[in-house]
Amino acid sequence: MPREIDRNEVRRLLDGGAQLVEVLPPSEYEEDHLPGALSLPLRQIERQAESLLQRGRPVIVYCWDAA
Amino acid sequence: MSPRAAWRLESLGFGDVYDYVAGKLDWMAAGLPTEGTNAERPRAGGVARKDVPICGVKERLGAVRDRVRELGWDAVVVVNDERVVLGLLRSKELDADPDLLIEQAMRPGPSTFRPFVFIEEMARFLVEHRLESSPVTTSDGRLVGLLLQEDAVHESLPHEP
Repeated sequence: MPREIDRNEVRRLLDGGAQLVEVLPPSEYEEDHLPGALSLPLRQIERQAESLLQRGRPVIVYCWDAA
Repeated sequence: MSPRAAWRLESLGFGDVYDYVAGKLDWMAAGLPTEGTNAERPRAGGVARKDVPICGVKERLGAVRDRVRELGWDAVVVVNDERVVLGLLRSKELDADPDLLIEQAMRPGPSTFRPFVFIEEMARFLVEHRLESSPVTTSDGRLVGLLLQEDAVHESLPHEP
């Protein structure tokens, strides 16, 4: 079950080698994204997750906000 | 959107999935850096003056005014021990009765802005509302700095290469 985390935990997990993934549309990613984040829009997950992400490492997903 | 993405990744066999629910808005509101085409555009958090004087609500206005003006400032931000913004004194408030407590003289609950707001937007707002300055805070209300109208206007003008 995916676990909800806050900003501090994001930084801690990134220090430990987690992969960071923005799931917003590419245009929004291109304007601003968190340092080191990959772009994997929600609708592309089926097709691209396997090639983009490494299974052995934790994955953190984010979008714009909780709304 | 991110909860659906997290669940979908898990269903695809990714076993260690986390959802940063507060997302990009929370990150940028904390004044943390981003990458992308907007990363180099000046924003409120980068232009705000971090050395703005601060004071507490129980200090006397006269003492605060002397300290602030000695530092060359005409404004002071009122904060608590956590640096959460409680009020603001600009030149007009600083010139009030020196025996007042800061909490009696301050402008309580001033409008604050997040660090990620583009400087052009800030300059327009400050000019339109005739504000000489405005505090920039994180989403939990902690002071980042004071954005002066003159700085915002200057930074929003095109610069020579």
